[in-house]
Amino acid sequence: MKALVIGCGRVGSNLALQLDREGWDVTAVDEKEEALGRLGDHWAGGFVLGHGMDTDVLREAGIEDADAVVVATDGDNTNIVIGQVAQQRFDNQCVVVRVLDPARAEFYRGRGLRTICPTSVAIDVLLDSVRACEVRPAEPAKT
Amino acid sequence: MYILVAGGGKVGANFARTLLKDGKHEVTLIEQRRDRFIRLEREFEHQIQLGDATEIYVLERAGIARPPDVVAALTGDDEDNLIISQMSKEKYGVPKVIARVNDPRNQAHFDLLGISPTVSATRGLMALIEHEVPEHDLVHLLELRKENLEIVEVQIDERAPAAGKRVEDLALPEGSRLISIMRNGHAEIAVGSTELEAGDQVLAILQPGKEDELRKVLLKS
Repeated sequence: MKALVIGCGRVGSNLALQLDREGWDVTAVDEKEEALGRLGDHWAGGFVLGHGMDTDVLREAGIEDADAVVVATDGDNTNIVIGQVAQQRFDNQCVVVRVLDPARAEFYRGRGLRTICPTSVAIDVLLDSVRACEVRPAEPAKT
Repeated sequence: MYILVAGGGKVGANFARTLLKDGKHEVTLIEQRRDRFIRLEREFEHQIQLGDATEIYVLERAGIARPPDVVAALTGDDEDNLIISQMSKEKYGVPKVIARVNDPRNQAHFDLLGISPTVSATRGLMALIEHEVPEHDLVHLLELRKENLEIVEVQIDERAPAAGKRVEDLALPEGSRLISIMRNGHAEIAVGSTELEAGDQVLAILQPGKEDELRKVLLKS
């Protein structure tokens, strides 16, 4: 199974490494050459230097026969555009897009894009952690 | 009409200014860079807002839900213009959305996502240049406005008086210099002893207005 990871920062690189360990054939795409370093010295997968908005770069990375595409650059709008291009132009069935802004993530989820919002996830986890402390909130102060 | 303009750069600010001069429109300009916003606020007063126009709360504060008659997405970022256009059309039902395409290579993405009409200064310029090139022997490549200099490209043909001459023997106009010679795909810095040949592409730097004198020396006898 072939996976494309667009945006090889902290999130993208670790995701690429994990998918690789799980037996995927992974190609990472990033516009900065340093990003390759995040994949370690023994990276056996592919790496394409270029911007994910560039369809030539996407083709070179093998988007046309990718089974899964993960879009995780540091720009929400860039990710949303690339995700839609992967889905609509290259007809990828499994496209997952990172969107930090909960409002945009929700809007595009409603339009059929599989958006993952780390901000919402963090809020939920933090809330659960606070609730799990079993410390009762103080009584509202009397005035 | 109520017109929402996203992006207060040269394009967006001038567009908003023109609309306001008409005196027939209600305009809100959105700019995300604080320095630009502060400068523009003196001129646009309540008609400009600070914020990222791809954020839903910023758009709503600017009245996207009314909705405006026109949204013009004119930022310097194609991704942003695409998102602003999509949300305006599909979330808020804005009847007319105009998007700016900065890099013509991104035009296909706008087409794919149904964003139309689009405007592209680069594409327009390219068309103008391509149109002019076959007719013209001298092409303006770069304007250094602050320095009051410009860089031009000149094509030397067989009939050019400069063909076969050394750079130091040319009576170049004052305020002009040859920079480089491109020959058979290789560029060389032009020095006094460089000999010009037919087929050379020459880059020159000069003060604006000296083009005709330069043309005379290099191209016409």
